[in-house]
Amino acid sequence: MSQDLRPLKINQAKKKRLMVIAAGLVFLALAATLALTALEDNIVFFRSPSDIAATPPAPGEAIRIGGLVRNGSVTRDGLDVQFAVTDLAHDVSVAYRGMLPDLFREGQGVVVEGRFGAQGNFVADTVLAKHDETYMPPEVADALKAAGKYNPETTPYNAPDIDAHNMKGAAQ
Amino acid sequence: MIVELGHFALLLALCVACVQGASVLLCRGLDEAEMSARRLATRAAHLQMALLLLAFLALAYAFYVSDFSVALVHANSHLAKPTIYKLAGVWGNHEGSMLLWVLMLAAYGAAFARFSHRLPDGFVGRSLMVQGWLGMAFLAFLIFTSNPFLRLDPAPFEGRGLTPILQDPALAAHPPLLYGGYVGFSLCFAFAIAALMQREVGRDWAQWVRPWILLAWISLTLGIALGSFWAYYELGWGGFWFWDPVENASLMPWLSGTALLHSALVMEKRRALVRWTLLLAILTFALSLSGTFLVRSGVLTSVHAFANDPARGVFILAILALFTGGGLALYAHRLPGLAAERGFVPVSREGFLLLNNVFLATATVTVFLGTIYPLVLDALALGKISVGAPYFNAVFAPLTLPFLLLMPLAPLMGWRQAMFMDGLQKLGAAALAALLVTGGFLLLRGDAPILPLLLLAASLWLVFGALTDLGVKLRPWMAGRMGARAWPSAGLFAAPLAHAGLGVMLVGVIAASVWRVEKVVAAAPGTRVDIAGYSLRYDGVRDLEGPNYRAETARLVYLNGSMAGAQLFPERRFYQAERGQTTEAAITKNLAGHLYAVIGEPVDDKRVLRIWYHPLVALIWLGGVLMALGGSFALRARIGKQCGAA
Repeated sequence: MSQDLRPLKINQAKKKRLMVIAAGLVFLALAATLALTALEDNIVFFRSPSDIAATPPAPGEAIRIGGLVRNGSVTRDGLDVQFAVTDLAHDVSVAYRGMLPDLFREGQGVVVEGRFGAQGNFVADTVLAKHDETYMPPEVADALKAAGKYNPETTPYNAPDIDAHNMKGAAQ
Repeated sequence: MIVELGHFALLLALCVACVQGASVLLCRGLDEAEMSARRLATRAAHLQMALLLLAFLALAYAFYVSDFSVALVHANSHLAKPTIYKLAGVWGNHEGSMLLWVLMLAAYGAAFARFSHRLPDGFVGRSLMVQGWLGMAFLAFLIFTSNPFLRLDPAPFEGRGLTPILQDPALAAHPPLLYGGYVGFSLCFAFAIAALMQREVGRDWAQWVRPWILLAWISLTLGIALGSFWAYYELGWGGFWFWDPVENASLMPWLSGTALLHSALVMEKRRALVRWTLLLAILTFALSLSGTFLVRSGVLTSVHAFANDPARGVFILAILALFTGGGLALYAHRLPGLAAERGFVPVSREGFLLLNNVFLATATVTVFLGTIYPLVLDALALGKISVGAPYFNAVFAPLTLPFLLLMPLAPLMGWRQAMFMDGLQKLGAAALAALLVTGGFLLLRGDAPILPLLLLAASLWLVFGALTDLGVKLRPWMAGRMGARAWPSAGLFAAPLAHAGLGVMLVGVIAASVWRVEKVVAAAPGTRVDIAGYSLRYDGVRDLEGPNYRAETARLVYLNGSMAGAQLFPERRFYQAERGQTTEAAITKNLAGHLYAVIGEPVDDKRVLRIWYHPLVALIWLGGVLMALGGSFALRARIGKQCGAA
């Protein structure tokens, strides 16, 4: 660098570069703030029915619950469906309106996303099931394991060829 | 016998890749070492490609004849499956798709060796050597953790079949296109490493790398568009993009590849952004690799994650760490020694292209954060969370707006120094047209929130701005000043088409998200359903027998308008062999909008029907095709230039 030859020009160039860097940093900070705020507002935590029994979530908080559809718990009235999600230790009763995904069955794994209402009733806005009878969503397997009820012999799990795509069956 | 031949070819390919990877070392000390290394690597690249093609054909043959003594065929095929899906099944599973991956890697290497005859020996030799390393790593991965040619003894009589939702024509073409993109970026990586090794990065480098970036980018663009189209019609819930981690894994290299495309342009024309371009070349391929890692390792539960074998995940992670870490270390080490590059003023073509890169890099980081964060939390046992569409929409919408507003200006700016107002003046008509069309949307479709409306106006301004740009470029021809025989060069159409394509796609995305109408009803036969100005009658369900499935088919009849009398047949299919079930949506497609119907389970004597109207949804994929077309024009111009110079 020929600093001694044209000090003025170098200074100007430096100043310009500093401006560009400052502008870049401001933009980056804005983008980071945007991303982090969005992340904070839009994270959905996963809970098992036992977690919910131990520490009930606040009404209106978006959560996901995974477990099995309890045998004999499904009742329908037109488009309205009621069923219980269980990890074989605790149950959560779920209300849902709309079309259920393919292979939504009693005794099969399911993940529901929604919120608790003021009266402690869970209303799902998404029901995720699967396309393959041998598959169990990992969240469900984990929930059963945590409740000490996981049995790879009797519970039909873990053929991994299924997608989050397929699991988002019904209404968004 | 043929299967053994394929297996043997695969093992030989690994040996050849080792020779290719060691070519520079082997020829050290010879007279004309660089030329010898180049020749050796070139031959090895061709041979490797031929061997892998042989291996791939052998596997395809095993699928074609349903040779269930091959474990892979047994696990993924079935006698009753139609032939096209037997063949598509070759890459509809982990092992086969990785074989396709290494085949394409070798094909890119061989194509580069074939079309690089005017490039210097040292550069070609080193690039092919890096390709050889990649070949070694992935062939070792394939052979030691996911060998597609393993046999079963005794051979079973019947296969287990292919996951039903993968039995679809679009899905047969989706992986090869996607891999064409991922793997294409390996050449950019190899070029960057070769240049860093030689400590020489000039404008030539950008000229050499651009056709390969373009080819990979076109392929990736089409692959993503096709995947989105498949998800739209096959999954049966009417969405076109779900911000699913697997989709994000393909979006990240696309975003950073798009940035690379533009920064390489600045590097070629102005010898600026050299270091940044090199870094992007390394990172884009790193993102392609992490896409492969995310999808193939079983970290994500997904239709793409065919197998959950921890050894595989660790192996791919090691490859990822080795190449990304090694590449970045070399970059950091050689960076201070690189020749100084030119600076530039902000208001100029290169200044705008820099902004483009800032935006695309931010977008890539945003997607990366949303995709990786749940995995990191889970790995650290800090809780299971999901980050879904709301996060990505909340970040992307405000981020995209300023970018869209500036984008039409960029092509109208001159290199070196430009006047902001000059560009703006040319776009007056485009701005007016964008506002008028947005107003038209409001009148026709009803009110909408302010942010999507702003985005819609900005997208339309991008489309009209691109048309203005094309008009400016074509003016000499329109005025007849170029003489009757001279045609405008293909390159003139590239940027306008690609930019208009992005605008068209976004118009489709916004319209189909904001103004979509959805109806869910429990209907008895004879029920009438009204949606978006259409009336439909539900006529009940009957059973149907397909080649390898049973189906329930419902009939819906249009009662009014120009469609009166037309019918829709949504289906639910049950695949006995795979014990799986799919929903086949029935869609009335036209440019103005899609009417999309699916049927659900029976409720008493009724059926659940779900019907959507998606206005302008076809523009999404049309826009993707336009973008790829723009890329093809740029590629055509580039190849034409090189042939012309020869």
